[in-house]
Amino acid sequence: MSRYSRHIILSEIGQTGQDKLSNAKVLVVGAGGLGCPILQYLTAAGIGTLGVIDFDVVETSNLQRQVLFGTSSFGKNKAEAAKKRLEDLNNEISIIAYPEKLTYQNALNLFNQYDIIVDGSDNFETRYLVNDACIITNKPLVFGAIYKFEGQVSVFNYQNGPSYRCLFPNPPEKDAVPNCSQVGVLGVLPGIIGSMQANEVLKIILGIGTVLSGKLLCYNALNSQTVVLKITKSEFEIAQVLKEQSDFNNKKLIENCEFEPLEISINDISTLENIQFIDVRELHELPKINGIEITAIPLNELENSLYKIDSKKQKVIFCQSGIRSKQAVSILNQLNINNCFSLKEGVFEIKNIIDKRHCEEGTTEAIFSK
Amino acid sequence: MRITIKYFGLIAEVTQCEEETIQFSGHLISEVLEILHSKYTELKNKNFQVAQNQELVFLETRVTGQELALLPPFAGG
Repeated sequence: MSRYSRHIILSEIGQTGQDKLSNAKVLVVGAGGLGCPILQYLTAAGIGTLGVIDFDVVETSNLQRQVLFGTSSFGKNKAEAAKKRLEDLNNEISIIAYPEKLTYQNALNLFNQYDIIVDGSDNFETRYLVNDACIITNKPLVFGAIYKFEGQVSVFNYQNGPSYRCLFPNPPEKDAVPNCSQVGVLGVLPGIIGSMQANEVLKIILGIGTVLSGKLLCYNALNSQTVVLKITKSEFEIAQVLKEQSDFNNKKLIENCEFEPLEISINDISTLENIQFIDVRELHELPKINGIEITAIPLNELENSLYKIDSKKQKVIFCQSGIRSKQAVSILNQLNINNCFSLKEGVFEIKNIIDKRHCEEGTTEAIFSK
Repeated sequence: MRITIKYFGLIAEVTQCEEETIQFSGHLISEVLEILHSKYTELKNKNFQVAQNQELVFLETRVTGQELALLPPFAGG
């Protein structure tokens, strides 16, 4: 029996429907809690071309819900780690990984190469960027978002339907709505919401059932209640986005909605590999670190010293107490240099560990391995 | 009239309940919100939309239904 026989024997799908899936091109933004189940089911379903964009790397705390990854993925880029797992699941389709951040500069070009965009991102700024880019490129947007034990699902910009801005016209103020890393999330919840998003993608491609357009589905995992609310289209909001489209490529990700710089604790350094340590203190500051290779770039020289930063390595950036290093990671992220981690504890903790293990010869990784 | 109000996400954390019924003698959605704002002062800093009988409505919409819902945006993924 063929891989897709359980689809093909459904009269609603058949070989014709399965062919539609193989000819479809779907882009998933984010390979996190929502992205993992979305990607897993779309891959299994035989979507012919599946793109995934994510700049982030796999960390221990992801494994509670990001089911495509395992301990062997630690420190690896999520889009690339997902591609590796998905190719094992289905080697008959084309999976394209974009290990980068979605920006106003790359979004339109990228979206134009796909039929449907699926939002599995984890912050408002990306969500509004995805929404606006879908309006401009005229692509349907399968939306999903989660908070603790609750989730929202909808399909925006589908056959002249409403957009995310018709529901929530503007992003909330910074820190007004906390994210999963701040408040926690039930691990199975993104599995449920992401699977619902994958289902909407399949319905759109197959042309069966009723697409969740013009409606917002709200699911509560604690009381199993589902509420579906009707959304009215706002021609004004959509026209505003289209009016500003010539300026779209010049927009920048707004500072106050910027991703939180990634931090790492000294005990988790062992989850990274191929590390470059960068000291952003002034050159005269003590203690000096001996025993491992360090690149010294004082914070105020960072932007002029990018040539010293190895793009192929994972960067652990430290200073005296973890404050300047966090600023350094923000600066680098804004310059699209990713895989940077600010060391929470600062320089003294590195020195302690090296001093404790100074007799052990070996690589940097060996010194920090537990 | 008596109206039932449902709270979602972090709005339910502000109100400390997922649902309540209040007595209402006004006309508009904005008047219901005035009552809620004075009852829950923290609500002023929160983003949300209001649905009436499962349909999103505006502040100037007349209160006709028995059920309202306060719906905040979620960012998580």
